[in-house]
Amino acid sequence: MKITAAEALVRCLENEQVEVVFGYPGGAILPVYDMLYDSGMRHVLARHEQGAVHAADGYARVSGRVGVCMATSGPGATNLVTGIANAYMDSVPMVLFTGQVPTTMVGTDSFQEVDITGISMPVTKHNYLIKEARQLPQIIKNAFHIASTGRPGPVLIDIPKDVAESEIYFEYPSQVKLWGYSPTYRGHPQKINEAVSAIQQSKRPVIYAGGGILNSGALEDLRNFAEIINAPVTNTFMGLSSFSGSHPLYLGMLGLHGSRYANRAISECDLLIALGARFDDRVTGKIAEFAPHAKVIHADIDPAEIGKNVLVDIPIVGDVKRILRAFNARLEPRENKEWVETVQQWKKDYPVTYKQDDNMLKPQYVIEKIYEHTGGNATIATDVGQHQMWVAQFYSFNRPRGLVSSGGLGCMGFGLPSAMGAQIGIPGEQVALVTSEGSFQMTMQEMATIVEQNLPVKIFILNNDSLGMVRQLQEVYCNKRYMATNLKFVPDFEVFARAYGVSAFSASSNEEVDKVVPEAFNTPGPVVVNCKVHQDENVTPMVLAGKGISNAIDV
Amino acid sequence: MRHTLAVLVENNPGVLARVSSLFSRRGYNIDSLAVGRTDDPAVSRMTIVVEGDARVLEQVNKQLHKLVDIIKISDITADEFVDRELVLIKVNADPSIRGEVMQIADVFRARIVDLGQNTITLECTGNGGKVNAFEEAVKPYCIKELVRTGKIAMWRGAKYTGFPGSSNKTNKEDE
Repeated sequence: MKITAAEALVRCLENEQVEVVFGYPGGAILPVYDMLYDSGMRHVLARHEQGAVHAADGYARVSGRVGVCMATSGPGATNLVTGIANAYMDSVPMVLFTGQVPTTMVGTDSFQEVDITGISMPVTKHNYLIKEARQLPQIIKNAFHIASTGRPGPVLIDIPKDVAESEIYFEYPSQVKLWGYSPTYRGHPQKINEAVSAIQQSKRPVIYAGGGILNSGALEDLRNFAEIINAPVTNTFMGLSSFSGSHPLYLGMLGLHGSRYANRAISECDLLIALGARFDDRVTGKIAEFAPHAKVIHADIDPAEIGKNVLVDIPIVGDVKRILRAFNARLEPRENKEWVETVQQWKKDYPVTYKQDDNMLKPQYVIEKIYEHTGGNATIATDVGQHQMWVAQFYSFNRPRGLVSSGGLGCMGFGLPSAMGAQIGIPGEQVALVTSEGSFQMTMQEMATIVEQNLPVKIFILNNDSLGMVRQLQEVYCNKRYMATNLKFVPDFEVFARAYGVSAFSASSNEEVDKVVPEAFNTPGPVVVNCKVHQDENVTPMVLAGKGISNAIDV
Repeated sequence: MRHTLAVLVENNPGVLARVSSLFSRRGYNIDSLAVGRTDDPAVSRMTIVVEGDARVLEQVNKQLHKLVDIIKISDITADEFVDRELVLIKVNADPSIRGEVMQIADVFRARIVDLGQNTITLECTGNGGKVNAFEEAVKPYCIKELVRTGKIAMWRGAKYTGFPGSSNKTNKEDE
């Protein structure tokens, strides 16, 4: 029996065990939405396509499943672009469907037409424009495979309206058909042997672990590895929550706002073991001064990351979980006593801390209280800016995949929709959003979706009436010429919350925070907490542009 | 150093755009690019001449590999190879000087492919150096029009850059 390609699409999603679709309807995607009507598939209607795509992203990050998102042609499709770029930079598996004008009208500048495959080419792992309906099932099969294997990433499928309406004989393909695509999973045995002997000879090893640990599910293997060789572990921002924040070998985050002890350990180590990380410029600072005395082992599933930014002595392409298992099977336990003690002493000497102020609430205090209340077991979504770095510094993650945040793209407005997607991915678990008044205003329309879906996200707005991170940059680099960073009008977020029927609290002192944090978590449903915090507080330490990471300053 | 890459790609719509936009957004320089289908109509072969040191070349290679449509990449310059370009040149040549032009063509083993009232169109194939030299040689006759293909290249001897399987080949995760 023949069915329409639109119906086949829904059947494909069922075959891929998709449980929820985030989206926003429109004319060109109408046939697909019409089929969703009968399917029983959960559809979450965002209030803006950017909200839908970030929600699918948040869902994918916490659950490890492929996030699915739909939008119509033209503006629907272009509104996805920021979210696609965000997922691409942070290696998040997603499949996105966009409606397209009918094939006969493609290329004629017709109403709501945009070349979304062309636009999204640099920010997708792969994309497709379906020209014939019969190609659809195989393309969807391939898309889910590409999105979720190797280094994960977003895949976009553009479907002209007439294609969606065409009838085809449907059978879901059992296998992907891709000629040249085949990621390497097993590390090369010779390279593994070289790495093992380098590790055995090293006296001052440091493990530098990134988001690849979370993507490959190698948390336990990483802990075993660190304990066998007694090497301190530092995380990239994307790697946070891949190693227990309370483990004695843990050094927290490294890089431009990293802990001084993590950065010092990198600067003085004789062996740097990079696992599923990509030597991003926010990690390395001045490349020539990054790990200057170290031999470098770099294990990553994406061969193009190896040797891209730094020269590597022992490259290993493969799945980091398999590579760690191969290491752990071959390694003899090591003590590295002197080194571990030295690093422990640095932890005492240069703690990550801030100065309390009796007259004003410090933003870090709010995060500390959230940490204390949740025991590090909540999933924390953030936006982008100072509050994001304070979360990285003062919230110690104990829950794997516990951080949902825009790392590579640094996309303000990611917070609220991603928290919404995250809560859908882990219903019943605690999800909190730490945001700021600047970022929150970029996508706060999604409050309606939160309420409609009855998602009990606890939202903490660290409100300093300014675009704090840029303000900090202006303080440091522009002689305190605060151009366009002081917000002269900020809405009353309590009133805003009430407009949506959401409980709201506010706090402007430590005592109020002490009271409000437990209250917020104990209140059922979504909650908004407006925290009035000190405007002049800066993220510290800070490595200035062009400097090595051992030269952090206090700002 | 200049490298010549033979890149086998799935003959899908947009594949040329994917490759060319990759080069431009990552800042790699293409000296020449030639594309055509192979004996298998589902597969096209691109010959890309790219300038860069070993590190740049490694990145070009790896970034190209990330494109899902790419089947195989071979650095032709890594071994002995033959390469060819083709040029068509139309020059001014009234009947009184046709003989001269034809003599030059003879030296380069170029062929006359068309004659107009006062023009002559020549075709010359060879490696880049020869084609350049031919262009210089006919320049004095006033070039009206010139069109040149990109370089194509192939290894000498028994060595070849083939592609594994057919488009029906399935691809399993290495579990």
